[in-house]
Amino acid sequence: MKQPFPFSAIVGQEEMKLSMILTAIDPSIGGVLVFGDRGTGKSTAVRALAALLPQITKISGCPVNSEKVEDVPDWAKLETKKSSLAPTPVVDLPLGVTEDRVTGALDIEKALSQGEKAFQPGLLAKANRGYLYIDEVNLLEDHIVDLLLDVAQSGENVVEREGLSIRHPARFVLVGSGNPEEGELRPQLLDRFGLSVDVASPKTVAERVDVIKRRDAFETDYEAFMVRWKAEDALVRGQIETARGAIKTLKTTDAALTDIAELCLKLGADGLRGELTLLKAARAFAAYREDTAIGRDHIRAVAPMALRHRLRRDPLDDAGSGVRVTRVVEDVLG
Amino acid sequence: MWDRGVLALTLLAIDPAGLGGAIIRARCGPVRDAFRECLDALPQPLLKLHPTMDDETLFGGIDLTETLTLGRLTMRKGILGRNGTAILAMAERCDATLAARLAMALDDGSLQPLIAMDEGAEPDERTPAALGERLAFYIDLNIASSDVGLLPDTAMIESARAGLASVDVLTETYETLVGLCAQLGINSQRAPLFALRAARAHAALHGHTSVTPTDIEAASALCLAHRATVLPPQPQTEEPDATPPDTNEQDTDGGNMEIGALDDRVLEAVLAILPDGLLDQFKPKGSISKGSGAGAKNKSNRRGRPKPSRPGRLSGRNRLDLIATLRTAAPWQKLRGASKGRIKVTPSDFRIKQYEEKSDRLLIFAVDASGSAAMSRLAEAKGAIELLLADAYSRRDHVSLISFRGDTAEVLLPPTRSLVQTKKRLAALPGGGGTPLAAGLIEALTMAHQARTHGMAPCIVLLTDGRANVALDGTANRAKAASDAEQIARQIRTSGTEAITLDLGNRPAKFLADLAANMDGLYMPLPRADARKMSGAVSAALEG
Repeated sequence: MKQPFPFSAIVGQEEMKLSMILTAIDPSIGGVLVFGDRGTGKSTAVRALAALLPQITKISGCPVNSEKVEDVPDWAKLETKKSSLAPTPVVDLPLGVTEDRVTGALDIEKALSQGEKAFQPGLLAKANRGYLYIDEVNLLEDHIVDLLLDVAQSGENVVEREGLSIRHPARFVLVGSGNPEEGELRPQLLDRFGLSVDVASPKTVAERVDVIKRRDAFETDYEAFMVRWKAEDALVRGQIETARGAIKTLKTTDAALTDIAELCLKLGADGLRGELTLLKAARAFAAYREDTAIGRDHIRAVAPMALRHRLRRDPLDDAGSGVRVTRVVEDVLG
Repeated sequence: MWDRGVLALTLLAIDPAGLGGAIIRARCGPVRDAFRECLDALPQPLLKLHPTMDDETLFGGIDLTETLTLGRLTMRKGILGRNGTAILAMAERCDATLAARLAMALDDGSLQPLIAMDEGAEPDERTPAALGERLAFYIDLNIASSDVGLLPDTAMIESARAGLASVDVLTETYETLVGLCAQLGINSQRAPLFALRAARAHAALHGHTSVTPTDIEAASALCLAHRATVLPPQPQTEEPDATPPDTNEQDTDGGNMEIGALDDRVLEAVLAILPDGLLDQFKPKGSISKGSGAGAKNKSNRRGRPKPSRPGRLSGRNRLDLIATLRTAAPWQKLRGASKGRIKVTPSDFRIKQYEEKSDRLLIFAVDASGSAAMSRLAEAKGAIELLLADAYSRRDHVSLISFRGDTAEVLLPPTRSLVQTKKRLAALPGGGGTPLAAGLIEALTMAHQARTHGMAPCIVLLTDGRANVALDGTANRAKAASDAEQIARQIRTSGTEAITLDLGNRPAKFLADLAANMDGLYMPLPRADARKMSGAVSAALEG
């Protein structure tokens, strides 16, 4: 099986890459929303992320990727108690997917042919402890969106249908991508994404040449290319693992909290989720940079991606909310 | 065009993984049939796809019929993952859902190559963009049948495949392709990649050891022409500026000249193919694909008010009504010789759940109550609205009323079903002041957003004389007011809200017709003294 295009070989797109690394360091930040035109490397980045992430320990064959034996749901009927290393799951949620497929449903074949009431786990089960990737998230049907909102909020998937009553953990990082020209995202779903980034094609010819050179090398000279970039990927993976450890001991000063609160107040961001996400993102960024406390630099760096989708819509501001955030950040943090 | 189509097919056969596929736009006819023969001449087997395919045929799954007859689990292989050239017939009718799945399959390599046969007749009937983006070629085969030429040469394909890996690519080639994309306004990074792969396949086909300018020319014509969004400035004069700016800093000796010359040549080759009016196709950004959650969808097999189940086949997109299925199977158990405690179910017993979902419509009237409108025909407009209200009442629609005059817009009536109240507010609506058209549209758009979150299907009815003279910031500036209004109109279209524009002016205004086009909605000059006729027309538009 061919590995996906390596994460570190993606040219430019620093903000998108950073946002993904931050959620890998601290999954509780929430998801990442990537908005941009077609052919800007959104899907490539998400698929690359899967290969980059550190492996997880899971009970072999567990449908919800449980870490410990006692977490395995009783309907799974597992024989082994052995655990093994597995790659972090990255699950695709395609457009037009049925509710049954997302939440899981009664295993109809078993019900009809063997008269057995069994549960067939869905995509949410598969995505537990990993990533759920939705391409063209803005075209997703409303009832699937509702369902995702509910699960993303509670971290638990509850199936009550056809005589089944089953619940299983479903904690995942939502990654959505889409093209804003084709439709907007409901504010409720927008708010669920921790970070939001806008991507565009690289602006300089040199960068673009790099993009096609690397992609071409990946496709024609796969072996050598992977050897070259695997080392870089391992480096980033190491940084993520170190940061995951460091984040627990990282100090949050009152000054930083005041800065964050002031920033959100000034921007008029709705709700308190903005503050919390900004704090978490800044902390993860500080850990990534191997600093010991959150400073203004960290807040400044992550403020646009943590806040740009939480501003009230200004229909005439074509410049994008990112610019507005940066402006206010400059005002507040100097 | 025919030769180009055959060349595209040949290149695809040489490097299916790198090129993804092609869109072939051709109406039914001898040319299309001849082209199908070309496909049959290709070495790979053909797989047929159609726009209404369900997931099980595509991805494979449990073969329910077999499983039940044999009494053991039988799996069926899906089309994806099988080896061969996939042909999607009637690609223009492929919906966003299927396009998303096929795009996924193209991305992970389980489907390659894909030939999308696009039979669209109108410019807006086209293969979904998500798919077109991932296919290298676009061939318009609407040509005379006398142009039909040779079939692809299988022997050459075989030898080219063997030679593909050893074709070299010079650094200048990358730069040329990227520069070309920049000039043609192509932002997607898939485009230069496709061109590169096509050039390499072309080189292999002609036995070149490295990619030559001819290869680049041919590849760019095939891959880049249809993706162009701007025409490059015509560099006819022989000045140094004519060479693309991007290569200037690379090196200053003779090499530079060569690259510039090559760029120009390739560019010319691409321009030669650009069909007339191609750019017009791209300007209105195609039709905005409305998320299917937008509202007025009536029948659904997923949610809504349940309807009686009907017999049907499980397709992966609908749900089995288990109780109804068992009920259908029950009377036959003895005949089928079922043993005790086991029920024998055959596929003909399947009952599929059906739901009906109907969202309420909200008519948002945005009424221009400015001085200029009042002067002309505000009273007539009021009459027209009243007639529409009566209509709305009989359909149980919700209505709301927004007026704009002076420098702001105001919501006179939030969404309601109360006809009496609406009439009262309408009668009391005074006229006078400037025309803040953009402000009125924003108010309507905001309300449409809110309505949608409440599960209603909003529709904006704009009544104005189009003499916008107050900009969004409150200044009296005619030009800015007009451009503001246009901008909001485009947002209304993006939001997928239906909008109808009624012109209250004494003479139909071009500006308003354009505005309506921006909103992708109906435009109608208010017919003189015949409010009833207009209300009929609007009702008809709403029904349609």
